[in-house]
Amino acid sequence: MAAVEQIFRATEAAGFGSLIRRSEAVAVPVLALIVGAAVFGLFLLTQGKSPVDFIAYVWQGGFGSAFSWQNTLSRAAPLLMAAMCVALPARLGLVVIGGEGAIVLGGVATGALGAHLAWAPAPLGITLMVIAAMAVGGIWIGMAGALRHYRGVNETISSLLLSYTAIALMNHLVEGPLRDPASLNKPSTAPLAETMRVGPLPGMDVHWGLALGVLACILCWILIERTAWGFAARIAGGNVRAAQVQGLAVGKLVIGFTALGGAIAGLAGFFEVSTVHGSANASLAAGYGYTGILIAFLARQNTLAIIPVAILLAGIEASSGLVQRRMGLPDATMQVLQGIVFISILMSDAAYGRLAIFKPKGN
Amino acid sequence: MRPAPTAIGAEPLPPGALGIETVGMTMRFGNFTALEDVSLRVSPGTFHALLGENGAGKSTLVKCIMGFYHATAGQLLVGGREIEIADPRDARALSMGMVYQHFTLVPSLTVAENLVISRADAPGIIDWGKELEELEAFMASMPFRVPLEQPVNRLAAGEKQKLEILKQLYLGSRFVILDEPTSVLTPDEADEVLGHVRGLCTAGEISVLMITHKFREVTAFADEVSVLRKGRLVGQGKVADLTHEQMAEMMIGVEKEYRPVERSGSPGKLVLELENVRATDRSGLKEIALDNLTVRAGEIVGIAGISGNGQMELMEILTGQRSTSAGQIRVEGEPYKATRAESQAHSVRYLPEEPLRNACAPRMSVIENIAFRSFDRNADQQRFWLTPAEMKRRGNELISAFKVKVAEPEGPIAALSGGNVQRAVLARELTGDVRLLIISNPCFGLDFAAVAEIRARIVAARNAGAGVLLMSEDLDEIMELSDRILVMSDGRINFEVAAQNATLAEIGHHMGGHA
Repeated sequence: MAAVEQIFRATEAAGFGSLIRRSEAVAVPVLALIVGAAVFGLFLLTQGKSPVDFIAYVWQGGFGSAFSWQNTLSRAAPLLMAAMCVALPARLGLVVIGGEGAIVLGGVATGALGAHLAWAPAPLGITLMVIAAMAVGGIWIGMAGALRHYRGVNETISSLLLSYTAIALMNHLVEGPLRDPASLNKPSTAPLAETMRVGPLPGMDVHWGLALGVLACILCWILIERTAWGFAARIAGGNVRAAQVQGLAVGKLVIGFTALGGAIAGLAGFFEVSTVHGSANASLAAGYGYTGILIAFLARQNTLAIIPVAILLAGIEASSGLVQRRMGLPDATMQVLQGIVFISILMSDAAYGRLAIFKPKGN
Repeated sequence: MRPAPTAIGAEPLPPGALGIETVGMTMRFGNFTALEDVSLRVSPGTFHALLGENGAGKSTLVKCIMGFYHATAGQLLVGGREIEIADPRDARALSMGMVYQHFTLVPSLTVAENLVISRADAPGIIDWGKELEELEAFMASMPFRVPLEQPVNRLAAGEKQKLEILKQLYLGSRFVILDEPTSVLTPDEADEVLGHVRGLCTAGEISVLMITHKFREVTAFADEVSVLRKGRLVGQGKVADLTHEQMAEMMIGVEKEYRPVERSGSPGKLVLELENVRATDRSGLKEIALDNLTVRAGEIVGIAGISGNGQMELMEILTGQRSTSAGQIRVEGEPYKATRAESQAHSVRYLPEEPLRNACAPRMSVIENIAFRSFDRNADQQRFWLTPAEMKRRGNELISAFKVKVAEPEGPIAALSGGNVQRAVLARELTGDVRLLIISNPCFGLDFAAVAEIRARIVAARNAGAGVLLMSEDLDEIMELSDRILVMSDGRINFEVAAQNATLAEIGHHMGGHA
C-alpha cells in the first residue's frame, strides 16, 4: 500500500491529480468484484467445491477458445443493450430495472412484424422491424419515466412491474393472437422470412448485435459527455433543484433518457429474434435485462465501461453450462455469484471518498 | 407507570416543577462561537420565552441544555445543583424533556400506542389492558386530554401538539423545552395549547423554556423573556415590564449608523412584476399572497423577514419550482415561467441560498458547474456539441477573475469551502449581461471576507443596471444593500419603506407580524 501511496503522490506532484481521482472510480468496483468473488469462493467451499476449479472452468468456457469467445460475444450483445437501459436513466439519478420488459416486447414486435415482411426488400424490412422494436421498448420504459415525472411514481418499482406485465403480455400474444399454429411444443410467432434474418459479422460467427451494442455504447457516451443534452441530464442527475433553477426541462430529459434506454433494450429484443431465435417466444425472457442491471452498476453507469464489463459477465454466463456439468453444481449457481457480486457492488458505494489514498494531498 | 426520576447526583431532585440555570454557557464550533457566556435562569414553575433571530444561538443553547452538545465552557444547574449532562438520556433521567418544532409521533399508531412506546422502559410484551387502564387514569388527571384510541394521523395539528406535551408529562418531565411549538398551528390552536402549558406552569407541575419568534405569544403566556443575538444574551426581563418595541430592539440590536455601500445611478424601467400571485406554502396549509411586488432596473429591493414566512416559497415561485394558483409574473413586461429560454432571453440570474444544495451539482467539477449557464449557448445560438476545451478555458478564467480558491478545477465542487462555492456560483451567474438578479441569503454561513466581497459584487451588478431582488434573514445585509425594503410576514408583504427612511425598530416590528 505504501508503494501505491508513493506512486500516487508522485503522480499528483507531476500535475496529474485528476488521474488519481479517476483511478478511484476503477479501483472501487474492481475491489468490490474481488470481494464478491471471494465470498462466492467461500460459498463454493461450503459445497465442497474448489474455487480454483471454478475459475479455470469459467476461463475455459468463456474465454479459453475461439468457440467460447464466440459464445461469450453473442451473449454480450443483448447484455450491452440491457445495461444501457439502466445506465442512461441512472445519469439522471433514476434507478430503472425493467429492461427485461423492453427486450421482450422489442422481440415480440420484431416477431409480429417480421412474419409479414416476406414482400419487402431486406433493408426496408429490417429497418421497419428495428423501428418497431425500439419504439415499443422506448414507450415501455419511457412510461416509467413519465409516471415518475408526472405522478411521482417510484421508477424502480414501476419499471420492474412493467417488465412483469411485458412478459405476461408476451406470453399472451405468442400463445394466443400471434401464435403460429405450426409451433407445437413451444408457442411462438410465425418464423421470420428468411430475408429478414440478420447474419453474422463478416469473418466471425457472432451476430451484428455485438457491433450495434458497442456502437450504441460509444454513441451514448458521446451523447452524455459531449452534447448539451447529456450535460443537462448530468446537471439534473447531479442535483435536480439546481437543474430547475437553471430552467432546464427536467421532465423532457427524464422521459427522453428513459425512453432512449428502453429503445436500446428493445433493439436487443430485435437482435434476439432476428439472429438467434427466428421468431418471438418465451425464450426472450432469458434474464438479460436483469444481468444488465449488474453490468451497469459494475461499470459505474459509464457507457464505455459497460463494454468490457458486459463481455466479462457474458463470459461467466457462457461458461455456466460447463461449470454445471464438470462441477456438478445446479444452474442457480451463477445467479448466486451475480447476487453476491451485486450486493458487494452496492456496498462499495459507501467507500467512495473515504479511501484516504485517493485524496489529493495538495491544496 | 411513569419512570421514577433519578438524579445523577447523590440526593434526589426536589419534587414538582424543576428549575434550571445556565452559567456562562459557551459553545464553539471550530473558530465559530455559536454561544458566548450565556447565563439564564428558569425558576421552578415559570414560563420562560427565548427570543432571537435565526442563527442567534437559541437552538444551540437548548441543545447544550439537553445534552445533544457538550458546552465548551459554563455550567448547568438543574434543581439548584450543578450537573453534567453527557447525553439526552441523562436529561431524560433528570425529568427534562423537549417538544420539537415538528411532530415526533408515529402517525399510524394510536395515541395510547404512541405514549407507551415513547417510554424508555416499555416492556417487551405489552399488557394493553393494563396500560390502557393506567393511561385512562393519567388522562383523567390532566387538565386537557386527547382521545386515546384515535390514530395520530386523524388528529388535528393542535391536538398533536397537545399530545406531544401530554407525552412529556406522561414521561414525567418537570422541565420542558418547547422549540417553536406553534409554527405548525393556527392562531386559535396555538392559544389553546399555550394556555394549557401556562396552566401547568401556574399549577407548579412544570417549568417551560419556549423558543419562539412571536412577540404576541410571549406577551400573552410567558412570565419572563431572554433575548439572544449573535450568540450573546442581550436582554432579559419580566414580560410584564417590556413592550413589543423593546423586545424587537433587543432582538435586532440598537439602532446603528448604516453606511450604505457606494452606489450610483437611479432606478430605471420595471424588470420584475408580481401581480396578485397566489400559491400554497410548504405545509400546504397557508397561502402565499403577493399582490404587488416590483423590481426596477438598477435598484436592490430587499425582502426582510423571519425565516419560514414565505421567502423560500417566493424563491421557488420565481425559479419555477412551485406552481402558482393565480396571478401573473412578468419580466420586462412579458409573462415569465422561469424556463431556460425565458431566463436567457431576459438575462435572469439566480443565487439561491445554500448554493451547494440548491445551485450546484456537487459531484460535477468546478469547471462544469461554472458552465451551467453557458454550456448550451454560443453567443446567441443554441449549441448542441459541448466544447470541453473552451469550457475549461472559460472556467479557469472565471475562477481567477472571481478569486475562487480551488485545488483542482476539474475536481468536484463539493470539495470547496462554502465561500468558494458561492464565489464559483457568482462567477457563473454574474458573468455576461444580467438584467434581473434574484438572491436568497447569499452570505449565510460565510466568513467576513467572503461576505464583504459577495455584497460588493451584488452592488456592482446593481450599478451596472441589473434589478436585484434580495431575500435575506440578515437585517444588516438588507439595510446595507437595499434601495427599497419590504417586510414579509405570514406569506405576505406587509410593509414597504425606502432604505433611507428605514429604521430597524420599525422593520423588526413588522417582522414580528404586526401590520
